[in-house]
Amino acid sequence: MGMTQQAAPTVSPPSAPGPRADGRTRERPLALRLLARPEVGVFLGAAAVLVFFLIAAPTVRQGNSMATVLYQASTIGIMALPVALLMIGGEFDLSAGVAVITSALTASMLSYQLTLNVWMGVIVALVVSLGIGAFNGWLLVRTGLPSFLVTLGTFLILQGVNLAITKLVTGNVATDDISNMDGFEGARAIFASSFDVGGVQVKITVVWWLVFAALATWVLLRTKYGNWIFAVGGNQDSARAVGVPVTFTKITLFMLVGFGAWFVGMHQLFSFNTVQSGEGVGQELIFIAAAVIGGCLLTGGYGSAIGPVFGAFMFGMVNQGIVYAGWNPDWFKAFLGVMLLGAVLINLWVSRTATRR
Amino acid sequence: MDRSRRMIPALAVAAAAALVLAGCSSSSGGKKAEEGADGASAGKADTPRMTVALVTHQAPGDTFWDIVRKGAEAAAAKDNVELVYSADPVAGNQANLVQNAIDQKVDGIAVTLAKPDALKDVIGKAAQANIPVVGLNSGVSDWRDLGLLEFFGQDETVAGEALGKRLNEEGAKNAVCVIQEQGNIGLTQRCDGVKKTFSGTTQILNVNGTDMPSVKSTITAKLRQDSSLDYVVALGAPFALTAVQSVSEAGSKAKVATFDLNKDLTSAIQGGDIQFAVDQQPYLQGYLAVDSLWLYKNNGNYSGGGEQPVLTGPAFVDKANVEAVAGFAAKGTR
Repeated sequence: MGMTQQAAPTVSPPSAPGPRADGRTRERPLALRLLARPEVGVFLGAAAVLVFFLIAAPTVRQGNSMATVLYQASTIGIMALPVALLMIGGEFDLSAGVAVITSALTASMLSYQLTLNVWMGVIVALVVSLGIGAFNGWLLVRTGLPSFLVTLGTFLILQGVNLAITKLVTGNVATDDISNMDGFEGARAIFASSFDVGGVQVKITVVWWLVFAALATWVLLRTKYGNWIFAVGGNQDSARAVGVPVTFTKITLFMLVGFGAWFVGMHQLFSFNTVQSGEGVGQELIFIAAAVIGGCLLTGGYGSAIGPVFGAFMFGMVNQGIVYAGWNPDWFKAFLGVMLLGAVLINLWVSRTATRR
Repeated sequence: MDRSRRMIPALAVAAAAALVLAGCSSSSGGKKAEEGADGASAGKADTPRMTVALVTHQAPGDTFWDIVRKGAEAAAAKDNVELVYSADPVAGNQANLVQNAIDQKVDGIAVTLAKPDALKDVIGKAAQANIPVVGLNSGVSDWRDLGLLEFFGQDETVAGEALGKRLNEEGAKNAVCVIQEQGNIGLTQRCDGVKKTFSGTTQILNVNGTDMPSVKSTITAKLRQDSSLDYVVALGAPFALTAVQSVSEAGSKAKVATFDLNKDLTSAIQGGDIQFAVDQQPYLQGYLAVDSLWLYKNNGNYSGGGEQPVLTGPAFVDKANVEAVAGFAAKGTR
């Protein structure tokens, strides 16, 4: 029960459970209460990384460079959002990386092979992606297996299916170019266009990313469904006992990840015209990393939707910042790891400081 | 547990949507526009059926290896050979696959030597079992030491050097070599080769090859960071195509060159988006490896005389000769 209470962040800081109104404790200072929010640590981390690269890499100061950083962050961030919600709901999804490619392959091959308007492929891909999510959730709820196992299974299945079906259908391991087909331009405008802001080309995915983040925040903090997410992630059994539809919540959370995979998959398809079937492997860990850096606990029941936004931003910033700084590329991954660990530690330190006393 | 009942309407909606949209076909592009094209066929030998194992270090879903395999399949069909293809990028697993082929008592093994040391023992076992082994693609400096019969491929360093020389001819000053898989020896050798002969500056850039948006933004970032870059050298066709987008996004004047081909790449060369590609002819590597084992069994021949590798690259494809190649690339064999 304490967990469900803790779950509603608007009510009280999550780390200050138990009776507080008995007069023994005073109201904690605003700064500390603020620091106890899941997204504050990552916000400070992201700000630190941003300032660091603004100083270390002069090119970052240009508007165009920031647009590139935001673009990279958005393609990770759009997926990190549902992955974070799922994590708050106590589960995670290893199939999220290859599911993006599955969706793109489905849309591409269906429209190409049957010579259909590409929107047809887009819609069927959405159905397939939601179906994969529903399957993950259904199997999890039905069997009670940990999500690690269930989604590891789907991860491997999708990886194999992506490859085998693409080869079977197209005769190659990449899909055919669909850029001259009906509906392509329209779909491209929605999923992969860019627009001009004061001479800077901004990718539309950045807008979608922020819109989805706002939506997710609202759902999480202001709706019944948001409470259910915290409740099932905090303690599934007590949640069920107080009438939270656990099965529905978990399955829909997995389907949300499916939706994210579809969206990012469509972005990849309409910005690169073809898809290689071996892509996507390893991306799931980056989505999970963005969510964890964003303040979501791997154990569930705690986190926010805005935290992963900063998490994804930080990932994009570090990733591109290293290039903008012109550092020795052999150290690329090591730099990335050190900066991310540093950010997580800042995160941890902030929340510890905030919750002390 | 009424989930299954709730699924029925969802399925019904999906099916209905599929039916409605089935009438919604594209008037351009797509399968209908594709010409029916079959792979090359050179008849069929009436020699006794033999089995050849082709064991590579291919990572799943890579367009390059798909072409190698198609070459091998074409030779197998012609030579009345049953081809057993297997692949694993992890060296130890690849060695197990070779062992597996020995256990099956195949008549010949073609193997890539991305990590020669790991395959040394198992290749020795094949020799003990009197199974001829040929090398292809990678391992040009090791195949003789390991006792292979012959080798088909290109020397990655030589290919890189050729590209570096070409950059000099093109008047390039500052190039960036984009590695899509950090730590891959062949890719590193290509960039090293470029560095060796290119008289301008060669920089290295690592990108995450499994995530195209990330590849795109990283190359864009590099072009912004160093605006004097005038050539992007990609090491694989899909990455070269992405680099073209990065160049336009960064507002850079850099030109793009690449290793390896595919059908979209040939149209990019035709359209002038990509200047040239160094082609190591993967189809030829797969084809010759299988065919050579057939020749050895049926006529005792070995190409290269057992001393010299048979080089399949570097062949340059640029605007001057791309027309001749494009048709084959469209079939997925060049």
